[in-house]
Amino acid sequence: MKLTAHEIRSMLKNKEISVEEIVRSYLNRIDKFDTILGAYLYVEKEGALKRAKNLDKKIKHGEKMGRLFGIPISIKDNISVKGMQNSCASKMLQGYISPYDASVIKRIEAEDGIIIGKANMDEFAMGSSNEKSAFKLARNPWDLSRVPGGSSGGSAVSVSASESVMSLGTDTGGSVRQPACLCGVVGLKPTYGRVSRYGAVAFASTLDQIGLMSSDIEDCACLTQCIAGPDKNDFTTVDMKVPDYSRSLTKDIKGMKIGIPKEYFEDGLDDRIRKSIEEAVDVLKQNGAEVKECSIPLVKYSMAVYYVIASAEVSSNLARFDGIRYGYRSKSFKDYRDLYFKSRSEALGMEVKRRIMLGTYMLSKGYYDEYYEKALKVRNLIKNQFEEVMKKFDALIAPTSPTTAFKIGEKKKNALSMYLSDVYVLPANVSGMPAISVPCGMVDGLPVGFQIMTNYYREDTIFNIAYSFEQSTNWHKMSPQISEV
Amino acid sequence: MEYELVIGLEVHVELSTKTKMYCGCSTEFGGEPNSHVCPICLALPGALPRINKKVIEYTIKSGIALNCSINKKSRMDRKNYFYPDCPKNYQITQHRFPLCRDGYIEVENSEGEKKKIGIERIHMEEDAAKLIHTKAGTLINYNRAGVPLIEVVSKPDIRTTGEATCYLQKLKNILRSIGVSNCKMEQGSLRCDGNISIRPKGSKKFGVKVEIKNVNSFKALEKAFEYEYLRQVKAVESGEKIIQETRRWNECKNKTEVMRAKEQARDYRYFPEGDLTAINISNEWIEDIRKTIPELPYDKVERFIKEYNVSKHDAEVLILNMGAADFFEETAKLSRNPKAAFNWIMGDISRLMNEKSVSLSKLKFKPEDLVSLIKFIDSGMISNNIGTEIIEEMFVSGGKPEEIIEKRNFLQNSSEDEILQIIKKVMKDNPKPLEDYKNGKKRAIKFMIGLVMKKTKGKANPKIVNDLVNREFNKN
Repeated sequence: MKLTAHEIRSMLKNKEISVEEIVRSYLNRIDKFDTILGAYLYVEKEGALKRAKNLDKKIKHGEKMGRLFGIPISIKDNISVKGMQNSCASKMLQGYISPYDASVIKRIEAEDGIIIGKANMDEFAMGSSNEKSAFKLARNPWDLSRVPGGSSGGSAVSVSASESVMSLGTDTGGSVRQPACLCGVVGLKPTYGRVSRYGAVAFASTLDQIGLMSSDIEDCACLTQCIAGPDKNDFTTVDMKVPDYSRSLTKDIKGMKIGIPKEYFEDGLDDRIRKSIEEAVDVLKQNGAEVKECSIPLVKYSMAVYYVIASAEVSSNLARFDGIRYGYRSKSFKDYRDLYFKSRSEALGMEVKRRIMLGTYMLSKGYYDEYYEKALKVRNLIKNQFEEVMKKFDALIAPTSPTTAFKIGEKKKNALSMYLSDVYVLPANVSGMPAISVPCGMVDGLPVGFQIMTNYYREDTIFNIAYSFEQSTNWHKMSPQISEV
Repeated sequence: MEYELVIGLEVHVELSTKTKMYCGCSTEFGGEPNSHVCPICLALPGALPRINKKVIEYTIKSGIALNCSINKKSRMDRKNYFYPDCPKNYQITQHRFPLCRDGYIEVENSEGEKKKIGIERIHMEEDAAKLIHTKAGTLINYNRAGVPLIEVVSKPDIRTTGEATCYLQKLKNILRSIGVSNCKMEQGSLRCDGNISIRPKGSKKFGVKVEIKNVNSFKALEKAFEYEYLRQVKAVESGEKIIQETRRWNECKNKTEVMRAKEQARDYRYFPEGDLTAINISNEWIEDIRKTIPELPYDKVERFIKEYNVSKHDAEVLILNMGAADFFEETAKLSRNPKAAFNWIMGDISRLMNEKSVSLSKLKFKPEDLVSLIKFIDSGMISNNIGTEIIEEMFVSGGKPEEIIEKRNFLQNSSEDEILQIIKKVMKDNPKPLEDYKNGKKRAIKFMIGLVMKKTKGKANPKIVNDLVNREFNKN
């Protein structure tokens, strides 16, 4: 029953189905499968049905239908939705209800989208397997013994298992693209500054970007269209008109120059994944793209740069979780210092603490220049190198993940091997350029995806290349068979 | 040994923008606790700051008025520290690239010599929440959290407490005059910390500095710095080492007390604020802001001394109230009698404004009206005392002086013949003063003048009365 937003839209237009029926069918699937899948931390049943009924009335009265009319959308539990919890999958924010909407939520609701719940994730978006959620495990719908990836694991599971049509996640170091890849759905990280971050709980301010997941490119382009564009509440959004993405889906990529950066295809990449991506590249060639190898030597420093910048920024961004105004507060404390110390010690998870401590150290007097300042310099060099390469190419192709979904518990003990699963997705956050992960094959019954990266603000090119590929293959139509529990 | 005092001041000034620095909440002082708050100034999860352009404008304006150069490229930084008055547990401030640098304020030392006190930097930042400690626990009022501030940091150029007060007074008057702050120390919109050290007179090397906080009035500033100077001298004389520390002025005990030692000095882990983009300032913007700056108070003082020949003291009294200075200037120019203009404005008019709680902008008469009153007096047509009566009526009803004079028949009698007739009559009716005078009681002549003035209800020209009575008394 996997349905895309554009399919649902035409069914609604043809009066084949009502919004209420749509919402009920997704809620039913959540009822049926989510105990085992763990995609949701909160389901907005009544609110979603009430909204569905209102939208049905709109149809009846012949009112204009917004772009996301009646589409059930899941939202990662670190993006504020007024009246819903915003736990960040942390004990620290358990029970915290957001009194305001993120800017992207306002835009989704203005287009008549329906928020059906808050998706599971790694605590405060730190993790690549969703195993760091303080509340529950999320499972890969393709193999329940495996992780869905992370940190936006719940979002990917919900789209993959048709517990939602689309989802919003956050991508600070691949947290949208990596789980999308492991769960066989489309995942986009727009250009830094293209989509407002206002209302998304900050992890690393200069790397964070709200991203989105869907079953196909048309849906992805449509949702991006709705949420992109300048926002006065986020000073880092760029004051630039958003092109009409539906017009960029031409499938015509003749003469387009595509680069294959060789650094992405060295040791560590699973050979079967390499083969899938080579096949994907062949499809693009057949569709008329000119493909050439290229090199971005500095890309190998992305991970080091990423962990310095992300940890430093998170140590400051998470300081507000202090047990004073909201969230978890320790039962007993001597004074305000003790209140901070105990509340944070008791409520934050290991991975979160690890990064806060790392970041605090790296910003300290005497270390700032050696770490943060230096990382910013290397970051600029990496950016420059990407910009240079982008002068010669319209897009770059790369793997999304070095492996398919790994076993639950497999990398839990080894932080470094977990970090390495993000090696191909980090550079787009470091450079700020947009990148998408698109399904392109199966290995041992598990989905494989590849990335398309372009120059800043060229999401239109990404969509067109991805669309050209997708329309020549059937990978986007795959859906997992989930055994009922 | 003689010791020299070395002072640097760090002054925090709340800017009088309508809204807070990073959100749209009101900056109004007071208000129901926690009523001027939103997700941004409460640091709710996911909220981001957005910068108030007016704050940048006011900071640049302050920089220009304080002779600073403006950095065209600037940015915000984070200062990380955990304290319950700081909702984000970091303050968004400016560390590496403050908006303004290298300015000065000119002060005068006790010998009246002019001296420039350097300003190291002016940067913008947000204020913290207010903590209220009660027996039941600490309460937090976030209304003040996020109110914009500028911090004006002086160079260690100040050598006496007198220079320190002069610097602070001038800073306050300049910032008030350009409309960026009301600078009310009692409401905390102007707060001053001092860095103090001593060194043997003539030495070029700076001593170990001690930071003094909680100096909340000009009086406290003088007392605290005086106390700290003596404390440090005493310590050095008795062979102690001064330690770098932060001390607090205790108003009740009249002394400074240790707040925290240097070992406890915090590491604020400054780094660039990633939620706000770099601040780029165009020359056009700076020039536009420059055009909005009125004549600065101390330039006005110099000019008043030169153009209107008023004393320095009178000129300074006038500029404390910029409205009065303007009123004065117009009156002085038109009447060509600056002294009279000053006396009327700072005398009877000020007195009436205080008594009736009326501000200058609400006065019922204009400088032109005061000018015509002064001209009536200067031409001898009315006396000063009558002038006071007229100004009181102008104040209440707003009539023109000439109308009031006419209506109340105030015109002064200057006819010598008429006055002489009146004198002769009064002398006839009261022969005693003349007798007394001839018997040597010289003061009796004054008594007679008084009787004559009374008879004319004050309208006789006092000079003529004086001359004629003298002539009559000394006739034979």
